[in-house]
Amino acid sequence: MTDATLSFEEAMEKYDPVLGFEVHVELNTKTKMFSSAPNVFGDEPNTNVNEVDLGMPGVLPVVNRTAIESSIKIGLALNCKIAETCRFARKNYFYPDTPKNFQTSQYDEPIAYDGYLDIELSDGTVFRVEIERAHMEEDAGKLTHMGGAAGRIQGADYSLVDYNRSGVPLVEIVTKPIEGAGSRAPELAKAYVAAVREIVKNLGVSDAKMERGNVRCDANVSLRPHGRERFGIRSETKNVNSLRAVEHAVRYEIQRHAAVLDSGEPVIQETRHWHEDTRSTTSGRPKSDADDYRYFPEPDLVPIVASREWVEELRATLPEPPAARRKRLQADWGYSDLEFRDVVNAGVMDEIEETIAAGATATVARKWWMGEIVGRAKNADVDPGQLGVAPATIVELNKMVEDGKINNKMATEVLDGVLAGEGTPAEIVEKRGLAVVSDDGPLLEAIDAALAAQPGVVDKIRGGKIQAIGAIVGGVMKATRGQADAGRVRELILERLGVEG
Amino acid sequence: MTENNELIRSSAATLAGKLAAREVTAVEVTQAHLDRIAAVDGKVHAFLHVNTDEALAVAAEVDAIRAAGGAAAEELHALAGVPIAVKDLIVTVGQPTTAGSKILEGWHSPYDATVVQRLRAAKMPILGKTNLDEFAMGSSTEHSAYGPTHNPWDLDRIPGGSGGGSAAAVAAFEAPLALGTDTGGSIRQPGAVTGTVGVKPTYGGVSRYGAIAMASSLDQIGPVSRTVLDSALLHQVIGGHDPFDSTSLPDPLEDLVAAASIGNVRGMKIGIIKELHGEGYQAGVENRFNESLELLKEAGAEIVEVSCPNFKYALGAYYLIMPSEASSNLAKFDGVRFGLRVLPEDGPMTIERVMGATRAAGFGDEVKRRIILGTYALSAGYYDAYYGSAQKVRTLIQRDFDAAFAKADVLISPTAPTTAFKLGEKLNDPLAMYLNDVATIPANMAGVPGLSLPGGLADEDGLPVGVQLLAPARQDARLYRVGAVLESLLEAQWGGPLLDKAPSLTAPSLNDSSSAATSAAGAALSHGGSH
Repeated sequence: MTDATLSFEEAMEKYDPVLGFEVHVELNTKTKMFSSAPNVFGDEPNTNVNEVDLGMPGVLPVVNRTAIESSIKIGLALNCKIAETCRFARKNYFYPDTPKNFQTSQYDEPIAYDGYLDIELSDGTVFRVEIERAHMEEDAGKLTHMGGAAGRIQGADYSLVDYNRSGVPLVEIVTKPIEGAGSRAPELAKAYVAAVREIVKNLGVSDAKMERGNVRCDANVSLRPHGRERFGIRSETKNVNSLRAVEHAVRYEIQRHAAVLDSGEPVIQETRHWHEDTRSTTSGRPKSDADDYRYFPEPDLVPIVASREWVEELRATLPEPPAARRKRLQADWGYSDLEFRDVVNAGVMDEIEETIAAGATATVARKWWMGEIVGRAKNADVDPGQLGVAPATIVELNKMVEDGKINNKMATEVLDGVLAGEGTPAEIVEKRGLAVVSDDGPLLEAIDAALAAQPGVVDKIRGGKIQAIGAIVGGVMKATRGQADAGRVRELILERLGVEG
Repeated sequence: MTENNELIRSSAATLAGKLAAREVTAVEVTQAHLDRIAAVDGKVHAFLHVNTDEALAVAAEVDAIRAAGGAAAEELHALAGVPIAVKDLIVTVGQPTTAGSKILEGWHSPYDATVVQRLRAAKMPILGKTNLDEFAMGSSTEHSAYGPTHNPWDLDRIPGGSGGGSAAAVAAFEAPLALGTDTGGSIRQPGAVTGTVGVKPTYGGVSRYGAIAMASSLDQIGPVSRTVLDSALLHQVIGGHDPFDSTSLPDPLEDLVAAASIGNVRGMKIGIIKELHGEGYQAGVENRFNESLELLKEAGAEIVEVSCPNFKYALGAYYLIMPSEASSNLAKFDGVRFGLRVLPEDGPMTIERVMGATRAAGFGDEVKRRIILGTYALSAGYYDAYYGSAQKVRTLIQRDFDAAFAKADVLISPTAPTTAFKLGEKLNDPLAMYLNDVATIPANMAGVPGLSLPGGLADEDGLPVGVQLLAPARQDARLYRVGAVLESLLEAQWGGPLLDKAPSLTAPSLNDSSSAATSAAGAALSHGGSH
């Protein structure tokens, strides 16, 4: 069943959106939040676990100090206050991905609170998003539902559970309600999540790969008629796992809510699931504020004490803030304001930085990312960084062009080959037979033929009109089906005619 | 079956001395206790599992090291080769751990509790796992899913609880030492009613890692023994910081054995807690308590009276905090990862229904009662009134202790209001059962250490009475100092240990012959070995 939607423009005419985000950041600590088991992604199921992660009888948690430090750093980078003391709490609910049947989390005493993040939109407008809190918790295990349709629990015969992720440290960043974004709401949503991802990546506290679930976004959307203060009823779209999806999901929910409200029905407070294939959401479980998790302070852990000295020590280790970093990178790379903004809006600043670090010039890196990859990513409907182009690939392609092994046109073909999984650039050049013709023998034959075909042009060149050489070069290139190195062809023609270039 | 009376009736300290002097081997000592278990546990039912092979292997290892001499023999722990029993709430590799519950029947822990690791490091042979109220919830050991333990003083009576198995094992000379756990009195109250010694250390003094949690903020592992010195020796084996328990104190362990050897209480101030004696306490309990006060006074202690007015709220607050924490701690027993799994008989096979069927079948009534109570107390809308208020009471109790310890070095009270009651007598009256812990609960609520030692026999029923000593947090040494002095004064009066007055469990009588006892013991062992 598909839900009715209004066009985005109509929705905006009638309603004012209010947003809210819960972004979960998986920390990249060596070990888990409360146990010494390794915090490693993607291993054989149930291997990165010990008795604590499995919730065996008698076990006790011990807090990972590095996770606390990372959480404080995130809090500081989000301009939050850091609690002098705070406690963990138990969130009690029965579900088999949670081995103890409670999640150890923070409830009324988050480690960081009252912060903000200034988000720069595509036209340079700065929008302040206020941060309610950033709190620590442990991740749950992963359930795989077998035998049903599309891996859903409904209709499944049985479920498998992998506890490798159980106990992985998480920081959940919760915004205050975001009002006043208007039609910029989808863009702001994307920019906000991108900013959080950038921060945790630069802090080095998370691998920050959305496709791996290192950064996961739950997007809350509600609408209210223009001019009304009271918020509408919200929906919460879970686990929107790419920047583009965040933008699309917010846009979709705005359109869906508007249609519901237009029909005179109330919006149902519920979780929604995002579907990338249909670019729409479907109803999840109803969520009410009365969900009773029977929170109480975790008695197995002593309070976390963050002394002011410790917090200041950590503050001193923070990398430059994103805005300062952007200023520096733009200056280093020599991009114009417009060029740089395009790079930021396309979401490839980090990729360009990595490509430059891998050995490309700033110009080359921008040429490839903005000129080739962003467009391909758009066609493939993924974030550019997720397309699968490694910085080293760009460096290798560019070197082949500079060495005259292939020309630019071929290089884009090779890039397509790389994306199609045909191998490394060198292998693709070999397989597709794309090498530039550099053996002078066949070239000279083609040159002689071209010279013979255009005697008038030959006279002009001999008479000093060197620029006329283009016609000869063009003939040679045509004859060699573009595989000749145009520069070399030019040299050989001049040599043949005994004219100084 | 022959019994080596001298070995089984010796204290751990005496056995340690004989082992060090090579007057006896660890295998002999261990075998003597295994024989005693075979002879009497059919009647007492202190053990849920007897660990014969491993215990003898550890004993043989100790003997081999001693025989070889040299540095390895020198480095042996003082208690190496002295056997011990472990409450079946504490997880052990190589033996089942049931927590006295059907829900863990047949479960083997993949890891050792920290205290068990320390016993192994000291090379103390582990005789087996002792009976308890299911998940340590009870004051009589009648709530064990594997049947009650019987009091060696009178087999028709309860041995206290939850650690009735450990106390009875020590009282019946089946083990010189045992480990217990104490959430509201589960070490001390069984000690009182079986005429043995039991200590609840300062909260955080002994690692809880591997003790199946009932109420995390109240639980504490501690020693069970027949003498105060023996408890001090065992406390030093198991105590001290553990990085696996965040609530474990970082302090270095005090020399508790030295404290137990000071031998005088001259000038110490000992405070009688006004609210913890008198009305509601059995006359014989009150009489023995007063005798102990007289002896301490004669020995040069100053007896003062202190008032702890908020103790009257302790029981009520305890029965909110304990079930609240227990309801959450016991959530993990759901049939998904370990232990019992029961499938619903009909209807859809969903995870919720499997969890429900497992918990319905696996938990006993008292456990269910506390889970329901705790779930309710933590529910939205009730939290502040119940859990929140109870935490405030806890603070008030701590303040009462602070004020009392400003006036006295240690506090003293009867351990339990009555002597051992009959099996079944209070089983259908949970409130009457809960009242057994009225004098022991305040220590858990405040995290302070407490020790119970035998105070004599009540005049009206000839059953043991316990005297409780309480000290400020981290001052466990004071308990051992005063406890050892009072013990020696009392024993001088009795002409020997109180347990000398306990009836023989093997002497033929009209009611039960020794041959019947032996066959019953055999039955009990096969029962114990089956889970």
